[in-house]
Amino acid sequence: MTDNLLILPIFTQLFVAVLLIFAWGHVNTQRVISIVGHFTALLVSIQLFYKTWHAGILTMQAGNWKAPFGITFVSDTLSATFVLLTAIAGLGVGLFSMVGISRSRMQYGYYAISHFLLMGLNGAFLAGDIFNLYVWFEIVIISSFVLMTLGGKKPQMEGAIKYVAMNMLASTVFLTAIAILYGLTGTLNMADLSQKVAQIEKKELVSVTSLLFFVGFGIKSAVFPLYFWLPSSYHTPPSVIAATFGGLLTKMGVYAMLRTFTLIFIPDTFTQNVLIACAILTMFTGAMGALNKTSIRRMFSYLIICHIGYMIGGLGLHTQVALSAVVFYLIHDIIIKTNMFLATGIIHKIRGSTDIRRLGGFYEEYPKLSLLMAIIFFSLIGVPPLSGFWPKIGLFRASLDAKEYVLLGAFILASFFTLYIIAKMWAEVFWKDLPKRPEETNEFTELPFYKQTLLVVPVVGLALVSLYIGLGAENILAVSNRIALNMIDTGYYVNAVLNK
Amino acid sequence: MEYLLIFLIGLLYSSGIYLMLRKSMVKLLLGLILLGNGANILIFLMGDIAKGHPPIISKDASIFTQMYADPVPQSLILTAIVISFGLQSFAIILLKRVYQMTRSDNLDTLNTQEVDI
Repeated sequence: MTDNLLILPIFTQLFVAVLLIFAWGHVNTQRVISIVGHFTALLVSIQLFYKTWHAGILTMQAGNWKAPFGITFVSDTLSATFVLLTAIAGLGVGLFSMVGISRSRMQYGYYAISHFLLMGLNGAFLAGDIFNLYVWFEIVIISSFVLMTLGGKKPQMEGAIKYVAMNMLASTVFLTAIAILYGLTGTLNMADLSQKVAQIEKKELVSVTSLLFFVGFGIKSAVFPLYFWLPSSYHTPPSVIAATFGGLLTKMGVYAMLRTFTLIFIPDTFTQNVLIACAILTMFTGAMGALNKTSIRRMFSYLIICHIGYMIGGLGLHTQVALSAVVFYLIHDIIIKTNMFLATGIIHKIRGSTDIRRLGGFYEEYPKLSLLMAIIFFSLIGVPPLSGFWPKIGLFRASLDAKEYVLLGAFILASFFTLYIIAKMWAEVFWKDLPKRPEETNEFTELPFYKQTLLVVPVVGLALVSLYIGLGAENILAVSNRIALNMIDTGYYVNAVLNK
Repeated sequence: MEYLLIFLIGLLYSSGIYLMLRKSMVKLLLGLILLGNGANILIFLMGDIAKGHPPIISKDASIFTQMYADPVPQSLILTAIVISFGLQSFAIILLKRVYQMTRSDNLDTLNTQEVDI
């Protein structure tokens, strides 16, 4: 049913971003506007999720042109969940960046650009038209380019070149795929595409187009063999910006893959095998890449890649249990990855370094913070009953049902690798004694108490969300089961968009 | 006409990818520009090319009776050109900044070792 509430998440972020541009240079005004904006966006997202959950799919046609001729915005349960997660992660990052970002970055438009980024993300999740999805993707990547290069130190610039080049290539491949899809079907609306693609006789052309989409989205979501830009660039910007990137940007690529491969293209056996093979290799190479790294940020960048493999593997299996597990994994992963990088930011503030050779003794000095970070890391590994455990069980069960034993073996091995990496990091950073270093000041204890709170509160808040996802897993499972049901039965989405 | 466009698209894509694989930063950027142009012409080709038939229904008919020039790819191309123009201008400034910092055009020199930020 039609509902104009859909445009509100996008419009809130746009409005806040424009206000922040007007307050250019006034850091305190910007901080206040940004926090109010994040809270408003969270309220709007909760309202949207509530409405979508109770009323079914909501649609909105821009300019009141009927689908499939106009541009549609669609909020089904998957989109509404992602918009809500974006708002939660955005609020956490926004609170942390009040202290975690240097003053000069704040003066040069950090807040405005981060709100533009969140606007682009909301637009991408709510888009019902594939070219509109391309436009929102571009808004997100150009904001991320600015965030990546803000500050201008040499390693950041080097990382930025690789990031910019690969993302522009991904956009061009995506555009090529859209062009060919338009040539095959004559429409751009996702619901209409879902019907028209099923009617094309030449299945090889459809298969090739779907693989072009896989390459385009695969570069963005860091799938093997397209992920090599990520470890070269994600460790360079400050922790807050890395948190936004690691938690949200790669997941936007996975969302787009979920949409294309469940709604528009139904993968045939060959495409499923390609997805599963890429997922296995992603998990292995991502996990092995983290083994010899000595910087926490680089380790976590490789862990992002490793866990993307889980989601792509579940997508390749393409059963209802698998898709439900993938969505649950995404819900858990967005919160956890954002929180991991924020925790790294706190460690950096306290110790002045993220190199594990120079860190140590964290547990002795800050036992409560260590306990908090333990919750985050154990969730990542998948220790029951924390949030990482439930989607992994779903994925194991789905791969057993589908008799994909190599994939099952890869899932289990990747979990063991993650356990090893986190255990090694824990031992080096938290348990071993602090190595003797020349006098380095602890920036954290020098901050006034309210600033220390502002750094810790987002990590606590996101950890509480993770605890809820883990301990209240039946609610999350209800959401993800409903999403998976809508994905398998595409008629529901198509009817909601085209018949209203 | 289509054959000429297909040849041109192939040429643009291949030269774009070849340039992207070079060591020089400027050639990387030129490759991205050529690739973007190739994608735009591909979109143009994909809307069936009909010479001289504007998408306007004549007065006495109520539907299209003959082939018409599809307006949708034209708007797609315009959007894509504008977006890639914005991205390319950002990339140019980024390259200028990197050149100022490293004094070199060689991508292989961009490998600063572990530095804590």
